[in-house]
Amino acid sequence: MNLRNRVVIPVALVVALTAVAGCKKKQPPPPPVAPAVSAPAPTAQLTASPTAVSAGEQVTLTWRTTDANSVSIDGIGDVPTSGVKTVTPTESTTYHLVARGDGGSAEASARVTVNAPPAVQVPTNTMTAEQEFEANVQPIFFDYDSYDIRSDAQAVLSKDASYLVSHPNIKIVIGGYCDERGSNEYNLALGQNRADSAKTALVNAGVSASRIRVISYGKEKPFCTESTESCWQLNRRAGFSMDQ
Amino acid sequence: MKFRFSLISPVLFFLALSTSLSVKAQDWVRTGSNLGSQPIRLAVTDFKPVGADPQTPVLKAAFDSTLYNDLSNAGIFDMVSKSFLPSGTPGSPQEINAAQYGNDPVNASMVAFGALSATNGRLVVYGWLFDTHNTANPQVLGKQYNEEASVDMARTVAHRFADEIIARLGGGINGICETKIYYVSSRSGSKEIWVMDYDGENQHQITHLGSVALSPHVSPDNSRIAFESLGSHGWVLRMYSLDLHRLVAFPGGADGSLNQSPAWSSDGTRIAFSSSRTGDSEIFTADASGGNPHRLTYFKGPDVSPTWNPKTNAQIAWASGRTGLPQIYIMDQDGSNVHRMTDQGYAVSPSWSPNGQFLTFSWNRKYGPGAPGGQDIYVMDIASLRFIQLTHDSGTNDFPSWAPDGRHIVFERMVGGRTQIWSMLADGTQQHQLTKSGNNFMPNWSWK
Repeated sequence: MNLRNRVVIPVALVVALTAVAGCKKKQPPPPPVAPAVSAPAPTAQLTASPTAVSAGEQVTLTWRTTDANSVSIDGIGDVPTSGVKTVTPTESTTYHLVARGDGGSAEASARVTVNAPPAVQVPTNTMTAEQEFEANVQPIFFDYDSYDIRSDAQAVLSKDASYLVSHPNIKIVIGGYCDERGSNEYNLALGQNRADSAKTALVNAGVSASRIRVISYGKEKPFCTESTESCWQLNRRAGFSMDQ
Repeated sequence: MKFRFSLISPVLFFLALSTSLSVKAQDWVRTGSNLGSQPIRLAVTDFKPVGADPQTPVLKAAFDSTLYNDLSNAGIFDMVSKSFLPSGTPGSPQEINAAQYGNDPVNASMVAFGALSATNGRLVVYGWLFDTHNTANPQVLGKQYNEEASVDMARTVAHRFADEIIARLGGGINGICETKIYYVSSRSGSKEIWVMDYDGENQHQITHLGSVALSPHVSPDNSRIAFESLGSHGWVLRMYSLDLHRLVAFPGGADGSLNQSPAWSSDGTRIAFSSSRTGDSEIFTADASGGNPHRLTYFKGPDVSPTWNPKTNAQIAWASGRTGLPQIYIMDQDGSNVHRMTDQGYAVSPSWSPNGQFLTFSWNRKYGPGAPGGQDIYVMDIASLRFIQLTHDSGTNDFPSWAPDGRHIVFERMVGGRTQIWSMLADGTQQHQLTKSGNNFMPNWSWK
């Protein structure tokens, strides 16, 4: 093919395209459309995981809404239009979400059944040491790709620490865990940092560092294997067990 | 030529912006990864069976299919479909009319052919490579092999003959047909280290620890595998001798913290790894025997997954969370001269190309809560920071590892909760699944 054709044909195409685009501009504007009177109606979803717990155990609420301006959950207050929150209900609770938008409102609810705490059903003196440990030293949960201690975890950690301070002979292992997303290697490091954050908090609260062993499990030992945010939240944790 | 290009390129941008860019991207990666832009058209005939030994058909079938697959996998040939070939199986230079393979409809530049026999428990193979357009002196290669008659050995001989052809026609770069891939498999019930041939054949379990073994990296001389496993006091770097078939000491990697992701320098004298012994995961180096651990990084946030520049052993790339989500960085081997390579998303698991020019790594460029971005394999040119995406819309892809020829990459891909090992060319084409049983992770391509 000669030089002239190779240049002329594409240039002609560009000129033609420009001409077409130019013509379009000259068309009269479309007739005015009546202003929209109805915005789309909001939608709302709310799930709790798990749906049955013992008193003192944590529940992860996950919600998602569309076309909402304000969203609130009874007993919690105003919340973002979608999100995740960890709650610790003391009795059976129906969480009720209301999403309000320009197009109306939508509601969703999720029921959590709280079984009586084991301490009430079983006299304390018949609990094994491990059962008592598990009831009193609870795991803490982390935000995504973070090893900062959340405010809800601070409260859990101070209870954990006070139990450990009053039981000075117990040694513990802190396991750091991550959700399934991302690389095994990066998650091992992240899990280590989560466990170390929990250790630092316990040490600052008066628990001797010599009583604490730390192991990262990364994403190798998940508690939950579904690919959902509520499951991922359950796996982003520092967990505590007695060191035998 | 230059004048003409400057006139045409603005027009191309108007007319076919994305197409022209992707074609150019393929060009730089194909050149840098030794794939070349002009594949050689190659015909491979079925080998001629000689003698009446009942073993011959089985061995011949294994040999023929392995040779053809090896040469198609090589990435530098335009393979002639066997249905286009002239009838008959030439078993020797006297029996072939090479020009016939150079003409329509075959149009091959080269033809590989030969003969195979099994006699008294011995496998004997004669193989030739002829230039179809050189009638005066057509022979490019002639090889003879005499080995124990077994299917495994028939495949090995095919690998060796294919590597001879690849080295001869591929610019002197050795083929990879006899290389191995080390990986993690959970098919025995726990995550253990396994090995397979580069094409997925011959899968064998190596470790039996019953714990969790991760991140296998074979030494450049194929004598040892460095990896980490979960012990009662954290993660410990381990060294497995492939000569002694047992673990050997690696004292620098056991300190009660998290030690992981060991990587060999290409001269086999040093190991880079990640350790939390100082409180936060940092990159360290140590002797290959585990002595003299030395810290390289000093930032808050995880530092993991080091890989040496195998061309010089003077630089290390790794993944760091110092600014939040992990990004790829490079530094000199003494910890100085740190450069960030990726600018967004979640980038992990770097592997440095054999010629030192490229990094391949796993990148989710739209990572975040609710973001539907995919975790895909990328190749980046280190000098220019240009990159291309090799995998698209197919699962979660991680742990790419270069083959020693620089033309191939092996990686893990999770689809629907199942993780398998795949290989591909360094431009993202010719993706092949290598494992099918259980779940398989973290592949590492041997150095030779």
